[in-house]
Amino acid sequence: MKIPFSYTLRNFKQRKLTTAITITGITLVVFVFIAVLMMAYGVQKTLQATGSADNVLVSRKAATGEISSIIDGETVDVIKSLPYIAKNAEGKQLISPEPVVIINLNTISGGLSNISVRGVSDKAFELRPRLKIIEGRQINFGTRELIVGESIPKKFKDAALGKKLKIAGDFWTVVGIFSAGGSGFDSEVWGDALQLLNAFNRSTSVSTLTFKMTTGEDFPKIKAEFEKDRRLLQFVPKIEQKYFEEQSEMMATFIRVLGTAVTVIFSLGAVIGAMITMYASVANRTVEIGTLRALGFRRRSILAAFLTESLAIAIIGWAIGMLLSLLLVSYKISTLNFGSFAELEFSFSLSGSIVISSLIFAVIMGFVGGFLPSVRAARLNIVTALRAV
Amino acid sequence: MSNSIISLVNVSKSYKRDSFNVPVLNHLSFDVESGEFLALMGPSGSGKTTLLNLIAGIDRPSSGKIEINGVDIATLSESSLAKWRANNVGFVFQFYNLLPVLTAFENVELPLLLTKLSKADRKQRVEFALSVVGLADRMSHYPKQLSGGQEQRVAIARAIVTDPTIIVADEPTGDLDKNSAVEILTLLERLNKEMKKTIIMVTHDPNAAKIAGITKHLDKGDLV
Repeated sequence: MKIPFSYTLRNFKQRKLTTAITITGITLVVFVFIAVLMMAYGVQKTLQATGSADNVLVSRKAATGEISSIIDGETVDVIKSLPYIAKNAEGKQLISPEPVVIINLNTISGGLSNISVRGVSDKAFELRPRLKIIEGRQINFGTRELIVGESIPKKFKDAALGKKLKIAGDFWTVVGIFSAGGSGFDSEVWGDALQLLNAFNRSTSVSTLTFKMTTGEDFPKIKAEFEKDRRLLQFVPKIEQKYFEEQSEMMATFIRVLGTAVTVIFSLGAVIGAMITMYASVANRTVEIGTLRALGFRRRSILAAFLTESLAIAIIGWAIGMLLSLLLVSYKISTLNFGSFAELEFSFSLSGSIVISSLIFAVIMGFVGGFLPSVRAARLNIVTALRAV
Repeated sequence: MSNSIISLVNVSKSYKRDSFNVPVLNHLSFDVESGEFLALMGPSGSGKTTLLNLIAGIDRPSSGKIEINGVDIATLSESSLAKWRANNVGFVFQFYNLLPVLTAFENVELPLLLTKLSKADRKQRVEFALSVVGLADRMSHYPKQLSGGQEQRVAIARAIVTDPTIIVADEPTGDLDKNSAVEILTLLERLNKEMKKTIIMVTHDPNAAKIAGITKHLDKGDLV
């Protein structure tokens, strides 16, 4: 009892302009919707890639980020005495107490922005094996030298190789650029932890402490140790990957909620556009509807044909929006991360769930826009419809 | 024994316009025999198209009984009536009412989509119907590529393709030039005489009425 789909498709040709405008409206909304979700997912993916599942990051319980966390030297020693810390080939513990501070730098486009400066020990590189020097050299520990993540020189003019950065009243030389595989570390500046503590008069108090577990199965024991030992009660151990994932939550949620709210408002325009097109389509084809009904097609067949038409418009719009959004994949942008209050570079990333949710979103737009006109078409009185010549 | 295929008993129809009841047909009763060609004539507003719509099952009487092939169609539900129309009525409209986006073949095939026929059977039937109306060579043409007379012939092919019980034609020559009108009337006459189709035709044209075996005149809702 179905009206052939070819009838629906060929009707598009009859009203090329209105159909094209409606499709364009839906395409734009879908594109913005996908772009927002890709952005949120990009932030999440970047920060997830920052941590390793084998490392534990210890921070102060009340701290919301690395810069608001503080671990005193005595606690660092207590943590170092735990038996769960892996050792390297030389028998040294793979542990890195790290001070993290925020400094202001002039951006290439003008104005100031924050960047994270992380003080590290030589073990930091063993803890993050993905990190590679791609230009220049490694810092000499004990000197005021810096290496910068690869996205830093792109945005900050004073952070290029060989330049000097002013940190805590003193000049530090940029001696190398590193790549951390698209993770959050790419947006950081690293220097010797002891030099940094000294420059900021922080004695032995670091921000966070990261160590590699002898085995991943030890994590529950480490957690239990922190809950049991009175000296460690104010601190919390987290799998490093999970820690950075949580750091991305606030920003990703913000982008997602704001972006979705904006797109939903945009979508009202697209839905009204689809509705006007479909009402016009029904009005132009009143006699055809009357004829189909006279020939014996039921109301529900008419309803289905017009809804199919509206959904087809929405799905075509979605497909074009999807193709356009593919142009954004891997496009990198840099913005302030609310979690760390520092600049973070990330790329637009597409996931299966974004594809599916955008399709559902488009189908809803098509359905809502097409429903009332389709009901009107289905409810037309045959005799009245046939008279509308 | 009477061979009537259509039986109208005391059929009335009135429309509500604002708070007024406007009577259109008044207590009509008549029979149409199988294989008959009936022309309904009368001035504008006499109720002939309303009567045709009632017989075709696209409108319902306000009172009375319309029995077609033993079925009281006024009692059928909306969807049963749609199914009944698909099986029993072939429509020919004044302005042809072909779907502009479908080819002649696809237009004729439309009513067959409501049957359980296979694609091959549908093709065979459509080709036969189009050959009956002399348009076997125009199957892939769209309505706008055809003349008015050809469009009406496609519409007639669409009306006969399901082999319906009755064919209803509402001013089938009303939009055609004289030559095309003659062609269409000759075709309808052939369908009636050679294929024994029961046809009810509304017309203003006395020449058209001549080819029908029986003519009924309506005036202000009454048979005169």
